[in-house]
Amino acid sequence: MNTVAAIEPAHAAAQRLRERAFRGATFAAALLVLALLGGVAISLLVGAWPALAHFKLGFLTHEVWNPVTEKFGAAAAIYGTLVTSFLALLLAIPVSFGIAIFLTELAPVWLKRPVGVAIELLAAVPSIIYGIWGLFVLAPILQRHVQPWLIEWLGPLPLVGRLFQGPPYGIGVLTASFVLSIMVIPFISAVMRDVFETVPDVLKESGYGLGATTWEVVWQVVVPYARGGIIGGIMLGLGRALGETMAVTFVIGNAHRIGSSLLAPGTTISASIANEFAEAVGDLYTSALIALGALLFLITFAVIAAARLMLMRLERKALSNV
Amino acid sequence: MSVFKAKRLALAAVAALAFGGATQAADISGAGATFPYPIYSKWADAYKQQTGIGLNYQSIGSGGGIKQIKAKTVTFGASDMPLEAKDLQEAGLVQFPMIIGGVVPVVNVKGVQGGQMVLDGPTVAQIYLGDITKWNDERIKKLNPKLALPATAIAPIYRSDGSGTNFLFSTFLSNSYPKFKETIGANTSVQWPIGIGAKGNEGVANMTAQTDGAIGYVEYAYAKQNKMAYANLINSAGKTVTPSAASFQAAAANADWANAPGFHLILTNQPGEKSWPITGASFILLYSTPPDPAATAAALKFFDWAFKNGAQMAAELDYVPLPDSLVAQVRNTWKTQIKGVPAS
Repeated sequence: MNTVAAIEPAHAAAQRLRERAFRGATFAAALLVLALLGGVAISLLVGAWPALAHFKLGFLTHEVWNPVTEKFGAAAAIYGTLVTSFLALLLAIPVSFGIAIFLTELAPVWLKRPVGVAIELLAAVPSIIYGIWGLFVLAPILQRHVQPWLIEWLGPLPLVGRLFQGPPYGIGVLTASFVLSIMVIPFISAVMRDVFETVPDVLKESGYGLGATTWEVVWQVVVPYARGGIIGGIMLGLGRALGETMAVTFVIGNAHRIGSSLLAPGTTISASIANEFAEAVGDLYTSALIALGALLFLITFAVIAAARLMLMRLERKALSNV
Repeated sequence: MSVFKAKRLALAAVAALAFGGATQAADISGAGATFPYPIYSKWADAYKQQTGIGLNYQSIGSGGGIKQIKAKTVTFGASDMPLEAKDLQEAGLVQFPMIIGGVVPVVNVKGVQGGQMVLDGPTVAQIYLGDITKWNDERIKKLNPKLALPATAIAPIYRSDGSGTNFLFSTFLSNSYPKFKETIGANTSVQWPIGIGAKGNEGVANMTAQTDGAIGYVEYAYAKQNKMAYANLINSAGKTVTPSAASFQAAAANADWANAPGFHLILTNQPGEKSWPITGASFILLYSTPPDPAATAAALKFFDWAFKNGAQMAAELDYVPLPDSLVAQVRNTWKTQIKGVPAS
């Protein structure tokens, strides 16, 4: 009896054709992404060119953003984008880390699912909801209860004090950072939880077997093992924070100024574009806004590149340690 | 077999529908300002019920409207900021006002109710320049001798998104106070030296309501519907006026449209004892030699219908229809300046 059936040549040819077609289709899909990215980069550059040619490097360093006299500088927007994202991460990373550790190491089984689902739901809330919530709920609370306290107690301090001076408007750079941090927490904590779950139980149990406390297992087994994933999660959060538009626009105060205080109004790149693009009349004005978009593109690209580099270094270090 | 038949029938039905639709008159297409969008769509609904011709209006902002009409992708553009006669001529466009609105200052000062405070252009300009910083400043007290004004710091709130509201308000301040014109100027977005920017009417209203000592400015309809504490203004005739449909219409009626080529007129600080000083019109842009005369004729028919039948609907939404004298001038412009379109 012949158990191994010979494949008919015609059938084999058809199969090969199908394979090739499938490979071609996936390759085309991958190429499409590159083509889109290239197209976006080119159209951003073309659109931004009049403004960049007109203001040259001054576009990056000037704080003035005056549509009436057509003088545009991106410094305030760049500053606002970086500061709000940095502060948002500063607030979000410890909290997300805590959530992820609690869910994977400490939470009783019955609590794991509800909290995990809740976090995923938070990630699905549209950003405009966060913006409106920030404006109508968070801002008044900050204005009445948090900011006066900050101004009174932190304002007089040397060095740090300058960050907490001025009138308590309720909205501003700090409020925007708060809202952003709440928005990125679900992303970072969800990724962190997933990578923590990939840590083999054998490793953790060995740790406990050697008499390590939970604290020691977390810091010396879980975290080093999941390093790459942690950084990936943080970068995902940073990417979201850099590009977030609607929520920030509602609560940042939208002023093209670099204030020394975190309570002062500021602006970000994406907030400026969202605010002004629809009614921007004049070629230079529109071009300056597109140039802002190109800058955000560059900043995001730089962040991703830096993250990759960091991961590669870590991996090399880990390998050399083995 | 029966399934096959049914499929064919369905196909035939779809085809019939598609062709049937094509024989109907095409919709009017337009794009531009967001401020008049609610009234344009209300008019369009009523017009469609009567005539079967719909309006496809994209409220993408005045800048976008001007770009789209210049690119000839729409039949008409709409802008809150009128184009200069020179620009109109270069682009071959005709411009006319369609609907009127106004901007109202709103305040949040302890013990001051809506309509109690009186301000004037120079004072408001100095507040937004940061030259007047307290509510009990002499310059405000002089205008309000009867009010007990607190020593609260003034928190100016401005619209952060580019808008016709910004354009009207900054034009009003520029016309009223030379220093504002020199240092800030007028545009849909300007560089405010102080204060905080809130997005949209709702943002400005909310920031003003929750900040003690705040002053802001919103569209009239928004202030009225939300019963905000507005301030009265002193107009160029030296009279104190309250924002209302009547005072906006007075400003439009008293304006010298006849001597404004291309209707390039901003209704701030118009003469007349009853004129509200921050009034503005929203404009329509059409080609003087339309690339598609039939489409332009259809659009003009719609505008004509709106002038005849739209006043009541406008009032319901707290917009102000054009005064009759101005409508006559607009109709005259259609006749004399738009070529190749049968007079309606």
